Amino acid sequence: MSVPPVYAQLINLFAAILLLLAFAMLAQRRVLSLIDLFAAQGLALAASTAIVAFGTGQHHLYWSAGLTLALKVLLLPWILHRLIRKLDVRWDFERLINVPTTMLIGIVLVVFAFNLAVPISQLASTVTRSTLGIAMACVMLSFLMMITRRKAIPQVIGFLSMENSLFFAATSATYGMPMVVELGVALDVLVAVLILGVFFFQIREQFDSLDLKHLENLKEGE
Amino acid sequence: MIEILAVLGIPLAGGLLLAVVGERDGAAMVNIVTSLATLVAASVLTVHVVADGPLLVLDRLFFVDSFNVFLVALTAFVGFTTSLFSRPYMRIERERGHLNAARLRLYHSMYQLFNFTMLLALLTNNMGILWVALEAATLTTVLLVSLYRTPASLEAAWKYFILCGVGIAQALFGTILLFFAAEKLLGGGGGALLWTELDAVKGELEPTVLSLAFVFLLVGYGTKVGLVPLHNWLPDAHAEGPTPVSAVLSGLLLNVALYAVVRCKVLVEGAIPTAFAKNLMMGFGLVSVIVAAFLLSRQKDIKRLFAYSSIEHMGIITFAFGMGGPIANFAGLLHMTVHSLTKSAIFFTVGHATQKTGTQVMDDIRGLVTISPLLGWGLALGTLAILGMPPFGVFTSEFLVLTTAMREQPWATPFLLGALALAFAAVFSKVQPMVFGETTAKRLPLRPSMLPVFTHLALVLMLGLWIPPFLAEWYRQAARLIG
Repeated sequence: MSVPPVYAQLINLFAAILLLLAFAMLAQRRVLSLIDLFAAQGLALAASTAIVAFGTGQHHLYWSAGLTLALKVLLLPWILHRLIRKLDVRWDFERLINVPTTMLIGIVLVVFAFNLAVPISQLASTVTRSTLGIAMACVMLSFLMMITRRKAIPQVIGFLSMENSLFFAATSATYGMPMVVELGVALDVLVAVLILGVFFFQIREQFDSLDLKHLENLKEGE
Repeated sequence: MIEILAVLGIPLAGGLLLAVVGERDGAAMVNIVTSLATLVAASVLTVHVVADGPLLVLDRLFFVDSFNVFLVALTAFVGFTTSLFSRPYMRIERERGHLNAARLRLYHSMYQLFNFTMLLALLTNNMGILWVALEAATLTTVLLVSLYRTPASLEAAWKYFILCGVGIAQALFGTILLFFAAEKLLGGGGGALLWTELDAVKGELEPTVLSLAFVFLLVGYGTKVGLVPLHNWLPDAHAEGPTPVSAVLSGLLLNVALYAVVRCKVLVEGAIPTAFAKNLMMGFGLVSVIVAAFLLSRQKDIKRLFAYSSIEHMGIITFAFGMGGPIANFAGLLHMTVHSLTKSAIFFTVGHATQKTGTQVMDDIRGLVTISPLLGWGLALGTLAILGMPPFGVFTSEFLVLTTAMREQPWATPFLLGALALAFAAVFSKVQPMVFGETTAKRLPLRPSMLPVFTHLALVLMLGLWIPPFLAEWYRQAARLIG
């Protein structure tokens, strides 16, 4: 199907924004700003989904854009904000070791992801196929973020951002998964955040902090 | 169709009911009754499918064939016996002050919801819903692993959540790739993720995409199966959670995750001409068997010991399905059944033993036969069964796997045999003094509830001596289906 180039341009623009946001999250030390970045990521995702929907006439994508907006821009950030207020870690920040190195590893990952995506994008018939590489890069950057973080909440935000990137991959490669699956995934993500909320309180009650260094005592083979 | 709705609806309703009414005197009984009702519904479904062949109902949303129906029956059965075991076990935990009413409410409710998610994963025809259900199975058990709120249990639960979460995110990407490949042939509607539809066109799916998808799916679901090197969460979650949870994790969840892998493998096998999927599964399986066998001898905690043994057995099953062919698949299916029955029986005895001795450290558990003969013999027989001693069923399936390996993959046989011998030496030398060693502890007045244990062991023994014809036919059908 033919799609006016302006939409393709816009989609590429939002994909670039997503990639930038993934890098910003990698370097962000403040929990509060991290949540805002996560909300911004959700917004960019919803916008790009809506543009794909408008440009290609795939109406079910409007629903997924709406779902993204409700869940990832409004509900989840709200829950996270509430959580950090209750846990009193609003102004917490994390000392990140060696941000430049992390950034460099991130760039290597992006190059790797682009190369990995080439054979798949060539097969794709969607207008958005060029963004598949970006989606995969975002998945890997979120993964990197989870590895480098030592505190519970940033790690969870990394997890959520990975889910965002996967969602983006689904839209760019295939115009979105069937609705029932998308709803199921959204439900899982929501339940995961709620459970983790409970879980944070348990960790805090036990260790008086949300630093994951307390959670490194179980060893293999003992 | 009504049976499928009952199989799914009963545990779901039971879980919600138990969450609403909270912890009362009858809650454990409600848990048992719900599990029993699920078992009855599953049996009716099984009889129905065995008599009339595969079922595809509710707008193709649910699909039951001989492969998953036996897992549904097994899941419902072990779910029921575990609920029987958990009633006295949890009562003692509560009396000792390890748990309070609020946590028991959580436990009972999540136990049923966990059963629901596993049955949903087995029955659904939609690969996306399969993913959703498996992720939900993790979510329902995270809070159960941390039920005791000890530092170690919190750590185990956190690890479980993060590792399985990341793992299963890979599987989601694999599912997206699968959908991407299928959408070209089946259109973008709901049909492109239905397993039956995919199975019909599997020969035309794009091989490059499917190979990549399978890597992600295997890594993703393989994390939940506990395949090395993705197994790190498994021993911790098994050791730190309450014992009934260890029993269902080991006996059921691992099976269901492996079921997902096998369903994917069937599609990928059809799409790519090379033995790529086979080799990948055999490799992961073999590495798991070997690494687990080496780690077994280093364990000090009894529940960790048997958790590593689960990794080993999952490795054997993955290897068997990787080899493929009617005999190896038959062996894999049989091994799934007997491992699930034996391992949950062992966890039941281990649960009672740790309750009686007050520790999970193996060096401090001695002379179980003196403390309680039933318990001691239960553990001894269970251990012999899981180590593959004849005449138990585990022997039969391991024998079939080994002989097939000798014929088809001779290079793997020495590794398998060596690992099995190593595992035998490690586990036997640790369990023997626990059962027969000298003890100063007094005989305990409490009689353990050993009915589930001996029921399981009797079934495993029966499967070793005589596989009922209908069951054998069933395995054969399923083995053909897997290819």
